[in-house]
Amino acid sequence: MRRNGVFLALPTILWLVIFFVLPLAVVLVFSFMSRGRGGVAIMPFTLEHYQRAFGVFFIILQRSIGLAALTTIVCLIVGYPLAFFISTRRRRIVRQITLFLVILPFWTNFLIRTYAWRILLGEEGTINGVLLSLGLISEALPLLNTQLAVLIGLVYGFLPFMALPIYASVERFNFRYVDAAHDLGANDVRTFLRVVLPLTLPGVLAGCALVFIPSVGAFVTPDLLGGTKGLMIGNLINKQFGGSGNMPLGSALSIVMMAVVMISLLVYVFANRREAAA
Amino acid sequence: MKKLMLLITILCLLAPGAIAQDMEHEPWTCPDGYEGQTLSIFNWSTYIAEDTVPNFEEACGVTVNYDIYESNEAMLARIRQGNPGYDIIVPSGGAVQRMAEEMLLIPLDLEMIPNIANVIPDLLGPAYDPENKYSLPYQWGTVGVGYSTEVFPDGIHSWDQVWEHDGPVAWLDDRQTMLGIAHLFLGNDPNTTDPDEINAARDYLIEKGGNVVTVAADDGQVLLERGDVDIAVEYNGDILQISWDCECDDYAYAIPEEGSNVWIDNLSIPVDAPNPELAMVFIDYILDAKVGADLTNYIWYASPNQASIDSGYIDEEILNDPAIFPPPEQVANLFAIIDVGAEAEALINNAWDELLIFLGQ
Repeated sequence: MRRNGVFLALPTILWLVIFFVLPLAVVLVFSFMSRGRGGVAIMPFTLEHYQRAFGVFFIILQRSIGLAALTTIVCLIVGYPLAFFISTRRRRIVRQITLFLVILPFWTNFLIRTYAWRILLGEEGTINGVLLSLGLISEALPLLNTQLAVLIGLVYGFLPFMALPIYASVERFNFRYVDAAHDLGANDVRTFLRVVLPLTLPGVLAGCALVFIPSVGAFVTPDLLGGTKGLMIGNLINKQFGGSGNMPLGSALSIVMMAVVMISLLVYVFANRREAAA
Repeated sequence: MKKLMLLITILCLLAPGAIAQDMEHEPWTCPDGYEGQTLSIFNWSTYIAEDTVPNFEEACGVTVNYDIYESNEAMLARIRQGNPGYDIIVPSGGAVQRMAEEMLLIPLDLEMIPNIANVIPDLLGPAYDPENKYSLPYQWGTVGVGYSTEVFPDGIHSWDQVWEHDGPVAWLDDRQTMLGIAHLFLGNDPNTTDPDEINAARDYLIEKGGNVVTVAADDGQVLLERGDVDIAVEYNGDILQISWDCECDDYAYAIPEEGSNVWIDNLSIPVDAPNPELAMVFIDYILDAKVGADLTNYIWYASPNQASIDSGYIDEEILNDPAIFPPPEQVANLFAIIDVGAEAEALINNAWDELLIFLGQ
């Protein structure tokens, strides 16, 4: 029986080794090598790239973590009520339609949707056009090529990843607990903090992880919307792998970014455990 | 007497037409034996006339696969990883030098390219390929500033106007060109390999680039057209193409007086090309007077083809535009980019990353 189990897992193990462990090992080794002509990795080994990653590149790393955290918070603030709204609709068809609307943007390519934001946020774009014609502003606002534009793009892109896991949690939530809490004298705030939130926390934590992790390494959104001010670590990593970049440096930056993601995943796991133990 | 004068006048007016008719150009003919073959071209985006490839397919009875890239670096990376099947690539000067060193190019058989006689003699035998062993010029041009004529009614004459502009500016993601311009201001060689000079140029650009909202790969002209920037440092042809598309005077191109980058793009054959013979036939086709003129009339870059210029096939408007064919006194201030070697390349790469981190803050 045991043997069979190993055989069944073999394809998965092979897949993981070939497409995950080996590439990761290559990246790790590259990150300690020197830069050769055209950006390739050559001997000897060096710590130079890690020094630069925590030196000159550090402010971009900070910015990426900051923007990803902000994205997660905004997604949570918007996504939580949204998930509640959807799951508390009485009629099934309304729930299905609203859920469908949340997923609908995925039907269009992410790149195209992000390009659309460029047109909306541009100096002579739709948003500035409307505000100007309404007389609310007298001069076009610089929206595109800012960190705000990146934040808008990230929240827009990742909101469904927050809303859907929370929806799954809220859907299973028994609303009689709310009545019980009220009967026992808890007010609305207390009921929410002591009853609703703890019971929907698994969805919240899953949503936060699903938004934060891809946001830290985001590359398309800051590339199209961020300009010089909204540059993120993903853009700099990407630049190192084109010709005449610096593959070892790109590898070191990737490893550092992976460490950041790993730490946030550990936070997620611990939070989940504590929540499960409680 | 009056009648005689009139007659002479009419004759004079007719003469250029008559001469042009005398010079009526034999259309390019394809050598036999290539029917049914395939040619794969890897070229920069928006860098060919609409009918260049279809006419070649028709003349030779061949099929052409056409693929595009956005930078020398991107093209180089693809070829370095093993040529995926391209017969023709269009590297700029420095890239030709580097690829030849790395044995990534196939030597040209100039016997198969009789139209080499059409090339402007000064553009033959460039420093990066002295015997045209690996390359022949495709188009040439300059990097300068495209600007909105509404914001700059008196035009742009100096890089200082770019640095000091109170509004959004886009730079070109071409490290050697941008650093080279800074080197000019600092009194250094644009192709310097000195670490201190490279870092000084980096700091100069960071100081002067507070108004830079984006460092554009090759779409600065689109940002200018959309009103997202007032100035875009760009290739001359890209800026001219948007003025041409809008049929308006909203955009203009200038080479600032301090100088800028001149570049030559070349036709070359990468190593392991499946069909190098047909590639050489294609190079000969591009260097035909009429084909070369049609190309320039469509993409608005300067032709390296003397026969195209002399034949009158190139539109007057293009031939007389100083932004396309710069006047000699401006050409004197232009610098070409050469390959600076492994060490300086690494220094420039680091400087450029650091510049991107701090630019426009």
